[in-house]
Amino acid sequence: MTLTPAELTSAVSGGIGTSPQRPDGNLKVRGEFAYASDLWHEDMIWGATLRSPHPYARITSVDITEALKVPGVYAVLTHLDVPGRNLYGLEHKDQPVLAVDVVRYQGEPIALVGADHPETARRAMKKIVVTYDVLEPVVDMETAVDDTPLHPGGNLVRHVPIRRGSRDVTADVVVTGRYEVGMQDQAFLGPESGLAVPAGDGSVDLYIATQWLHVDRSQVAAALGLPEEKVRLTLSGVGGAFGGREDLSMQVHACLLALHTGKPVKMVYNREESFYGHVHRHPAVLYYEHGADHTGKLVYVRTKMYLDGGAYASSTPAVVANAATLGVGPYEVDNVTVDAYGVYTNNPPCGAMRGFGAVQAGFAYESQMDKLAEALGMSPVDVRVRNAMTEGSVMPTGQVVDSAAPVAQLLKLVQDKPLPAGTSTDIRELPGGVSNTTHGEGVVRGVGYAVGIKNICFSEGYDDYSTARVRVSMVNGELAAAVHTAACEVGQGLVTIMQQIVRTELGIERVTVLPMDTTIGNGGSTSASRQTYVTGGAVKAACALVREKLAGRTDIGDEVIDETTEWRHRATEAIDPETGQGNAHVQYGFAAHRAVVDVDVELGLVRVVALDCAQDVGRALNPQAVVGQIQGGSAQGLGLAVMEEIQTSGGKVRNPSFTDYLIPTVLDMPPMSIDVLELADPHAPYGIRGVGEPPTISSTPAIVAAIRAATGLALTRVPVRPEHLTGT
Amino acid sequence: MDFLRPETLAEALALKAERPDAVPIAGGTDVMVELNFDHRRPPALLDLTRVPELQRWDEGLRIGAGVPYARIIAELGDRLPGLAMASRTVGSPQIRNRGTVGGNLGAASPAGDTHPVLLASDAVVEVASARGSRMIPATEFYLGVKRNALEQDELIVAVHLKPAAGPQQFSKVGTRNAMVIAVCSFAISLFPAEKRVGAAVGSAAPTPRRAREAEEFLASELDFSSPKPLLDSVKREFGELVSRAASPIDDVRGSAAYRKHALAVMARRTLGWAWQELIDGERACA
Ligand SMILES: Cc1cc2nc3c(=O)[nH]c(=O)nc-3n(C[C@H](O)[C@H](O)[C@H](O)COP(=O)(O)OP(=O)(O)OC[C@H]3O[C@@H](n4cnc5c(N)ncnc54)[C@H](O)[C@@H]3O)c2cc1C
Repeated sequence: MTLTPAELTSAVSGGIGTSPQRPDGNLKVRGEFAYASDLWHEDMIWGATLRSPHPYARITSVDITEALKVPGVYAVLTHLDVPGRNLYGLEHKDQPVLAVDVVRYQGEPIALVGADHPETARRAMKKIVVTYDVLEPVVDMETAVDDTPLHPGGNLVRHVPIRRGSRDVTADVVVTGRYEVGMQDQAFLGPESGLAVPAGDGSVDLYIATQWLHVDRSQVAAALGLPEEKVRLTLSGVGGAFGGREDLSMQVHACLLALHTGKPVKMVYNREESFYGHVHRHPAVLYYEHGADHTGKLVYVRTKMYLDGGAYASSTPAVVANAATLGVGPYEVDNVTVDAYGVYTNNPPCGAMRGFGAVQAGFAYESQMDKLAEALGMSPVDVRVRNAMTEGSVMPTGQVVDSAAPVAQLLKLVQDKPLPAGTSTDIRELPGGVSNTTHGEGVVRGVGYAVGIKNICFSEGYDDYSTARVRVSMVNGELAAAVHTAACEVGQGLVTIMQQIVRTELGIERVTVLPMDTTIGNGGSTSASRQTYVTGGAVKAACALVREKLAGRTDIGDEVIDETTEWRHRATEAIDPETGQGNAHVQYGFAAHRAVVDVDVELGLVRVVALDCAQDVGRALNPQAVVGQIQGGSAQGLGLAVMEEIQTSGGKVRNPSFTDYLIPTVLDMPPMSIDVLELADPHAPYGIRGVGEPPTISSTPAIVAAIRAATGLALTRVPVRPEHLTGT
Repeated sequence: MDFLRPETLAEALALKAERPDAVPIAGGTDVMVELNFDHRRPPALLDLTRVPELQRWDEGLRIGAGVPYARIIAELGDRLPGLAMASRTVGSPQIRNRGTVGGNLGAASPAGDTHPVLLASDAVVEVASARGSRMIPATEFYLGVKRNALEQDELIVAVHLKPAAGPQQFSKVGTRNAMVIAVCSFAISLFPAEKRVGAAVGSAAPTPRRAREAEEFLASELDFSSPKPLLDSVKREFGELVSRAASPIDDVRGSAAYRKHALAVMARRTLGWAWQELIDGERACA
């Protein structure tokens, strides 16, 4: 007799569909969780990075003589000490491990110091003499392509055109707009950190906070000139990621120092260095033209968008493809023309961040939908519902959406929620709070709506898979399972999800999650809202293999059942380079928000009073984690709407600290009412739909729409600043 | 780095005389940030948290430099509403538990939240050294960006204030609803018996400063003996004069033009609230 998973589930608690307590929750709240910055090794030394103060300069000389003389210094390394390939990158290998003769952004690493104390390392760093020939930086994304070429192939990283339907159509009502999105930071709380421990045989172990162990490893090994098996990575405690850890930071640097000195080397960035040490969200300039008939039905959308990739490519090509393919939003449009450009400049490098290209487009197309509603005299919800995509709709890429796309339903859900009571008289609930800027004077309420679309998992033909190993044996007379993957827990709760899946699939309550490391195959990136889908799918598949061997037994004696498998989602296709047509994406996720704001129109201060959300998650494997993702994603969208921006001037970062890079506090983020739909996707394990990113997309435009409703201002740039609201 | 821990004020002053390069540390909410960012590596820290003279306030409203914001709010809110309002806007609960007015004065940041209140309510800063003590009016205390009137061997001992003689208000603009450095701030104190007003701006010039012309304007315009609802034109003119007292810059926190605009709005509103309180108070007495 073989038991079905459902029958087994009934016997154990903590399976899928429940919200068991996370192992890291209490530790984190009490400040006891061990992050990568807490790593320690007897005998370890500290690494520090000398960075360029200039956004663009020729390096004319580097003199390390005096730095080497500082007592306690073990090594000072430059590009001459990189034994392998001194170039890395997620999609293009264009970024030096250590700069050679040119620096292309402020903060670019030039030299490394290894010393007995961080303070010694810092002091030695100040003794490295670098002379520069400072060059005029390229900083304007719209003209960068015709400006000084920063890389051998010029400044165009990728152009994604999409041509669908006819370009020769006219519409009753036409609205146009130019929109800008500022540079947002992931602002994870645990700065970059890791510990590299050299082994006697020339190999190295790296304990690291990252999002993707295997791609880190291949890049590190190439730079070190080592075969991959000589570089072993183990995930350490990760304090948030949001895309900012998908690229390398100090991985190669720590290993270089460790192999060079023969000592364990720890590197930890401080908050300021962290701002220079990881990629940010691409700032963007987006031009849109929407044409609709008098009933509000979209006839065409034309857009041209620029995304500033900064000095190195990182994941710019994929970000541009997302912005382009998702560029009209969750709407049916027959005639679409998109030209999306990702460019090099001397601004800080930009790459992955939650929402990945869809956020920038989302702000623009949703702003356009509001403008269209106004031009037509329709309500913002009606014009969206009129054009809402459904299952079976065709994307601008020609791809048919082949699972639930409840766009209209999501909008109606948020529309039907009760509105909050009128503006408060308690200053703590007014714009400015206890800063006592208003007792109600100048405060106007506004309501805004937005809906967004995000691709889930990797796209465009990428071989996206994960590897899972499940081992079952008897412990204290009971079946116990261990699950092993290289998929990174970055705080989203993957450890708990994997336990839940094993419990449900095998009916075994006791499930241990082994450390995530490179002794097992690739787990893929913790990004693109994909880990529950892909690594969850792999764990489920490994469980199926185990279950077969288990054959219903509850006592297997001394036997150990140990199964490893790779699991991949259905294949996607490259898009046509001229027309952008192709089945580029695996799955689409949707979320809608209604924002209610109080704006002090005289002072330009905003209080978000309500930010309610409806999202389809296919199936909520862990309902509490799902709601947590929606709250977090919405908060990050709120940050982009009203405060979060890395401000640059001539390529230099003006606010590399949490004093001036503001992220929402608990007093900025209202409690949310959230509706979670579970419309299973037949193509996905358990029917799940990636959760993490969609809420980040619709939150920002909903808030800005609400501010527009309150002020009557056009507001074409995020974050909205008091200056924009007061015309100062 | 030496860590000096005096137990009395006399000991602290002696240590400071001996080691003028020792950096005083009270709550440490400014000092530790500078150390962590490696902006400063002083040869010695002079810990003031054990000096009892600095930790207390007396009925004469001589407030020890080391009294944290949380205590000012809880213990002095009734007598010093303006200072309590400003204290409430400083950082987060953790910062208010540690941070002190003495530290705010020591740092002398143009954005420090207590400064406009101290200026508008005629505070006097008591400083001391092994040589003796001095009383410095707040108006003479701030010399430049992060520069104050302390000599190398001096410590801030206390702030002297009078119980509010009339309504007081403080208002601060920040681009977040809590835990934010002032983009600009404004404080107003009414002195009905003296028929005058104190007004000062923060984060809108190299130092916090009083808005003298605005004060004089109100002294001549306001009828303290029988307060009537204010004309909008008076509030508006007052706002303009406050705004004119500022000489702000453009920086990451805000534009100069916005700061001038916001100061005018805050001045107008806080005057309205303070004046209304006066009217309501008269009515209650009548
Ligand atoms: C997260 C955070 C948020 C903050 N938010 C705000 C805010 O909203 N508003 C605001 O105004 N400030 C803010 N600050 C700054 C800081 O909290 C205040 O300036 C506070 O008043 C400093 O007090 P302290 O006791 O901690 O000073 P410390 O850090 O101990 O000292 C500050 C300076 O004063 C000197 N000093 C201290 N005591 C004496 C003394 N008795 N005699 C002579 N010199 C002395 C020190 O040497 C140092 O130069 C914030 C700081 C942080 C870290």
